[in-house]
Amino acid sequence: MSRPIATTRSATGIPTGRLAVWWVLASEVVIFGGLLASYLLHRLGHPEWANAAAVTNVWIGAFNTFVLLSSSFTAVLAHRAAEHGDGRRAARFLLMTIGGAATFIGVKTFEWYHEIVEGYTITSNGFWSFYYTAAGLHALHVIAGAVIMAFVARDAARGRELQRVEYVGIYWHFVDVVWIFLFPLLYIAK
Amino acid sequence: MAQSHHPNYKKIYVTLLVLLVISVAGPFVGIKWITLIAAFGVAVVKADLVIQNFMHLKWERRIVKFALASSLLLMFLLFAGVAPDVMRHTGHNWVNDAALAATARGIAPPHGAGEAAAGEAGAAAGAHSNGDGGAGTDGDTAAAPGGAGSGAGQPDTLRR
Repeated sequence: MSRPIATTRSATGIPTGRLAVWWVLASEVVIFGGLLASYLLHRLGHPEWANAAAVTNVWIGAFNTFVLLSSSFTAVLAHRAAEHGDGRRAARFLLMTIGGAATFIGVKTFEWYHEIVEGYTITSNGFWSFYYTAAGLHALHVIAGAVIMAFVARDAARGRELQRVEYVGIYWHFVDVVWIFLFPLLYIAK
Repeated sequence: MAQSHHPNYKKIYVTLLVLLVISVAGPFVGIKWITLIAAFGVAVVKADLVIQNFMHLKWERRIVKFALASSLLLMFLLFAGVAPDVMRHTGHNWVNDAALAATARGIAPPHGAGEAAAGEAGAAAGAHSNGDGGAGTDGDTAAAPGGAGSGAGQPDTLRR
């Protein structure tokens, strides 16, 4: 069976597929980094935002941090299983990671519903604009990751394209890292 | 996938959870610098643990580290370049009226703070923004709208 060139060629000493993931992440750093840097600048320039930040629920944020850290753990276990050639086990761990993504989005939906019902919307003020934009963009990445992992898990369960388990894992850990910074910025600093 | 490095993932995971507890517990001490270190210092440590061990950057080729470092550098460049305009509301030849007005107007404290205390807290928010304006470069400009804001009573930019 002929394989796509991206999985076989390696000009840098890194499998090209993995290099591509790193390039995606390098551009993601600029996207999220720019957003978080802008938030930080405005937050430091507007001490009155502390009153708006006081509304966010630190326990919900902490629970979602726990969920994402756990899903990163299962993602890396999937990677290890794939390296040992155990596709079925890797797929099982990926499904657990998808479960973490679903839990995260469920909690986020609950959280946003209550905030919006109480009148805190994206147009309320600068803080809430950043809050919904940053957490929303992050949530979109969570959803995208879950969808990609579903495809990778389907192949992995049949013992195919096992190298992709690592690639999607690297992306997933990045999503986790973004949340690690969003959590203190939006929930703890009051 | 040629070279496989697998540290003790369970140990790293448990360390991450302990760090999470520390960052949540930080604010309960009630000392600002402890809160800041517990929140942001610990976040950096957590992120580093995930990036090095879970993403395997520790064992990755140098070109990847360069790519990530340069995008991070761009982020700091953005921060440094924009900081003087965004973090300050007045300068030698300019005044950011909108930002000054927003700071002076303040933001009402959350509903949970108690309706009875709302008026009092509103006034406190006004005083807070005044204080901040005073600490800035141009006390006069900042104080005027601040006074107007707190004089009008209930500054309320949040819809209820």
